[in-house]
Amino acid sequence: MTTATTSLDSARARTTAVLRRRGRRDLLKHLGLGVFVLLMLYPLIWMIVSSLKPDHLILTEPGLIPSEVTFDNFVAGWNALNRPFTVFFLNSLLVTVGSIIGNLFSCSLTAYALARLEFRMRGVYLAITLLSVMLPMHVLVIPQYIFFSQLDLVNTYYPLLIPKFLATDAFFIYLMVQFIRTIPRDLDRAAWIDGSGPFRTFWYVVLPLMRPALVTTTIFTFIWTWNDFFVPLIYLTSPKMFTVPVALNSMVDSETQGGVGMLFAMSLVSLLPVLIFFAIAQKQLIRGIATTGLK
Amino acid sequence: MSKLHRQGGAAHVFLIPWWLGLVLVTAVPLIASLYLAFTDYNILSSPKFNGLENFERMFQDDYFWAAVRVTAVYVVVSIPLQLGFALLLALILDRGLRGLAFYRSAFYLPSLLGTSVAVAILWRQIFGDNGLVDRALSIFGLELGSWLQNPSLSLSTLIVLNVWTFGSPMVIFLAGLRQIPEELYEAVKVDGAGIVRQFTAVTIPLLTPIIFFNLILQTIGAFQTFTQAHVVSGGTGGPANSTLFYTLYIYQQGFTNFDMGYASALAWVLMAAIGLVTAVHFVLSRYWVFYGDD
Repeated sequence: MTTATTSLDSARARTTAVLRRRGRRDLLKHLGLGVFVLLMLYPLIWMIVSSLKPDHLILTEPGLIPSEVTFDNFVAGWNALNRPFTVFFLNSLLVTVGSIIGNLFSCSLTAYALARLEFRMRGVYLAITLLSVMLPMHVLVIPQYIFFSQLDLVNTYYPLLIPKFLATDAFFIYLMVQFIRTIPRDLDRAAWIDGSGPFRTFWYVVLPLMRPALVTTTIFTFIWTWNDFFVPLIYLTSPKMFTVPVALNSMVDSETQGGVGMLFAMSLVSLLPVLIFFAIAQKQLIRGIATTGLK
Repeated sequence: MSKLHRQGGAAHVFLIPWWLGLVLVTAVPLIASLYLAFTDYNILSSPKFNGLENFERMFQDDYFWAAVRVTAVYVVVSIPLQLGFALLLALILDRGLRGLAFYRSAFYLPSLLGTSVAVAILWRQIFGDNGLVDRALSIFGLELGSWLQNPSLSLSTLIVLNVWTFGSPMVIFLAGLRQIPEELYEAVKVDGAGIVRQFTAVTIPLLTPIIFFNLILQTIGAFQTFTQAHVVSGGTGGPANSTLFYTLYIYQQGFTNFDMGYASALAWVLMAAIGLVTAVHFVLSRYWVFYGDD
């Protein structure tokens, strides 16, 4: 009896010891990770704090807690260029929403045909789509520019939007094809038997079931288009057409007249939509990267 | 047969946008740029065929070689560091640590913002005169001044920026680690394998396909780095061409000098280089990537 209790006791003691050791190890891990997270996010925190400081303090006061808080940088920065940032935000919004609609429309049509319909050389179509993912845009951008400038479309949003409506973001086609393949074929077949043609089947059966893939496409199109700099830089030369990144860049060029604080403030503001999107859609976003390797 | 025929007809209606995109946005520009690569073209007058002149010019062009060197150093240094951090953090976070979702998001955040103009501007301030880094180092008595004005340090700021975005490959590694069946660990534990042996016998071999995937993806992306280099150097690629990334040089030739023939030739060399590096990776992968069944 006594021996049984002691062995039980010692077993319990051993488990607690293991648990405590693991607890201590986890605590150390959390401590290390916490410091590392802080280090990683320090630049962003510094940006936020600096945007709230008067210019003369940003480069002299090292700490994170500002001795003087001001919103002047936001007000001054918003109007630092010849136009208020409202214009650039609306431009970016237009381009971003247009790109999302374009990608959802063109990629879902293409993906449905590639995943479900029977036609000759379907494999070749898929292979071409996959290969075009690898193609660096820099080989295409010069002829595209010449083409759009001959149509007199430089300084419009058509060069940014037309490619999206023509299923050229092959990443998303691939993503959607993979997704449609997981939808049971019986559902389409049932619709076929009920007399729906491919268009009705697509619209009423497959498209609603594709929601997760459509959400992922929306999120990534939003982030990529919002951050995109190269293509708007090439096509948009007139300041009233600038998207937010191009406007920000032009603020750097005219740095002499503006202060550092304004740059911080506007940089922060330009990231807000992406940050908000991230906060809302984190789960889908992480799942999207994990399953497809999108950035 | 008639049903197949009907489906084929419908398929081509569904594929109209794709066809237009393939022809107008991809194929025709691809052929056009290949043609332009062998011409002298400044957009105002029509292109003049000049044979291999553009490619001969590259050999003599110091800026071209600077761009090749900068891009190569960037790829070779930053990719292993970035993937190393990604793998390390994924391994630390894997095994049922509490707060995984928080850490994952926190580490992923830089990847989300890393290619934006805003972060490039932030980087200018961090590594600039009296910036965060300058001040931190001055505590230790190191007076390096602005890293961005220093040709031997400026590229490293962009390498740091790329390493900072290790979150997206990390998320892919985490997903890969989840796929490793627990039985395999149990099996080697029964054989008396310790932590290290488990790691080298199970984790790493089973993760090699994911490592390979990340390597290809990040390498192709790194070759095409543009925004950061443009913003940090104010579009010049300076000081002393130390941040003249290859795509920045294409941009300068094509859209600042409007030397579009030469820019097209440069772009084709880039594409060939990316293709070659990718092909070499695929060949080498036979020796180190482990695909379960064979």
